[in-house]
Amino acid sequence: MSTMWAASPSELLMRAATKTAGRRRSVTRRRMTLIAGLVMLGLVIAAVLLAPVLVSYSPTAIDPLHPLAPPGTPGHLLGTDQFGRDLLSRVLYGGRIDLAIAFGATIVTLVGGTIIGLVAGYVGGKLDSFLMRLVDLFFAFPFLVLIIAIVAMLGPSVFNMFLAIWITSWVAYARIMRAQTVVAKKQQYVLAARALGYRPWRIMFRHILPTTASAVILFSMVDAVGNIILAASLGFLGLGTQPPTPEWGVMISDGQNYILTSWWLATIPGLAVVFTGVAFSLIGDGLADLLRAGDR
Amino acid sequence: MSTPGQPLLTVRDLRSYLATSQGVVRAVDGISLTVHEAEILGIVGESGCGKTVTCRTIMGLMPAASLHASGEIVYHPHGERSILNAPASELRALRGAHLAMIFQDPMTALNPVRSIGDQLLEAVNAHADLSRAQARERATGLLERVGIPAPARRMRDYPFQFSGGMLQRVLIAIALASSPRLLLADEPTTSLDVIIQDQILSLLLELQEDTGMSMILVSHDLAVITEVCDRIVVMYAGQVVEEGATADIITAPRHPYTRALLDALPAEGQHGKPAPASGRRGPLRSIGGSPPSLIDVAEGCRFAPRCRHAVAKCRSWDTELIAAGAGRHAARCWRQEEIRGELADETGRSSA
Repeated sequence: MSTMWAASPSELLMRAATKTAGRRRSVTRRRMTLIAGLVMLGLVIAAVLLAPVLVSYSPTAIDPLHPLAPPGTPGHLLGTDQFGRDLLSRVLYGGRIDLAIAFGATIVTLVGGTIIGLVAGYVGGKLDSFLMRLVDLFFAFPFLVLIIAIVAMLGPSVFNMFLAIWITSWVAYARIMRAQTVVAKKQQYVLAARALGYRPWRIMFRHILPTTASAVILFSMVDAVGNIILAASLGFLGLGTQPPTPEWGVMISDGQNYILTSWWLATIPGLAVVFTGVAFSLIGDGLADLLRAGDR
Repeated sequence: MSTPGQPLLTVRDLRSYLATSQGVVRAVDGISLTVHEAEILGIVGESGCGKTVTCRTIMGLMPAASLHASGEIVYHPHGERSILNAPASELRALRGAHLAMIFQDPMTALNPVRSIGDQLLEAVNAHADLSRAQARERATGLLERVGIPAPARRMRDYPFQFSGGMLQRVLIAIALASSPRLLLADEPTTSLDVIIQDQILSLLLELQEDTGMSMILVSHDLAVITEVCDRIVVMYAGQVVEEGATADIITAPRHPYTRALLDALPAEGQHGKPAPASGRRGPLRSIGGSPPSLIDVAEGCRFAPRCRHAVAKCRSWDTELIAAGAGRHAARCWRQEEIRGELADETGRSSA
């Protein structure tokens, strides 16, 4: 019973092996989150891109003879809306706009905000003060009100919705990136890079960015979900996509009038929003775990 | 074009004051030193005496916002104009290509998320126009030169896959990538164990002999300094208190602080070699007290509060460096002639 104090080499090996196996399992489990998210998002993207193959109806084709058909009606898997338009077709085509927002709006703000934050943090001084006060200014406004104001001013359209998100959403990235850069700037490897006579842009993008990018990338996953909800909200308020073009928010908005009699009109696009949002969230969580685990 | 004995870098009356929330820290307070071609100059002193700030000021790496620097730093191949407070682009062109620096902690001086090869190739390409294959060849050659086994394979590895000693070798390879004329080594062996320390020092010595570059070796360890350097500058509280050829410093120190540093060496020198200070034996002697604050600097000699030879005048009056003997030996002690016998004499140690 003295193994507590003096373990034989074979015992030690055994213990170490068990630990390794345990660690490997937990890594796999962590990866499962990421894989699940990627699979779900992959399904959404595939369905949206393959919409012309998957459904035979145009999303705007009206069938006055079969309005408000419930899901499971022959020929209309998810039923039809008040104008007899095929709901499956509308959900799939509508998803294109929502995914475009999720990617298009997010990538632009991710890249733009990251560069602004990186430069502000590295250069410092007056430029930093100016940019960060600008960020404060944006944060001081209620975000949704600001977006609604911009879209209302420019006129409701999909492009203006993008524009409003681009104008307002970079600030969060800039603030996160600036904080990271200020910390990284003091690291010895940055000092060493400066001692080698590298140019500032090289130090920023090749030395600081690779070690600090994970925070903004993780945030962008959360932000993508937010942007889908935002697009849906704007559509719901009539400031985004205009009828008859399908979009999930617009569909939910239109469907609410029939919620007591024809639940599927609002519920099905709502589920699509939730499914896509969960996919992005899982990817974000999975990436966060993975990046935290990779402690090198 | 490099003639041994020609001055390569001259620092004149350099002052680096740092603005902090506690007050102005006089980290470097009027030091002058010269590095000659193909020379290894040692800077030795306790922690916090301004060694690192000196190096970083020479390299122009101090944060501009908090630094107030004055004096002259002349890098002779670049002309006789001082490079202190020179435009950033001018300094950038000198750094890496002419002046290179290696740091105390190799574990943190490399970017953790980029491979060794990536970072080495970057340094190789920074100041030269090479083809991809040439650059790769030079990079592997450098790794081989600093003693990394299987260099081509290890190029793909990341810093966390290397030991501290190996990383310091990589950092030396990176520093040498564009064949600098002067290498500033800021405590390059402090974070390494003694065996590795010796290997790194021999490597630096070898490389210095091969390339004929000059070197400033900074350490708090006098044993390391005496083993490697041609000349030594002893710093205390932001000032130079003694400078001279290594042999002169260890056999005939002129400043009580240098004597105290020599006394603090183990009798049996490092790596089993006899101690430089004439092989004496006996208990180790530490220096009582700690270095003074560099914020409220008292009048008089800065070492006076800890000096066994201090008299009343030392506390109110200070001298400049006084040349003594031959060979550019100088010490900042006005009593050096009086106490000369005591400083050189072993038995003088028992009196305090």
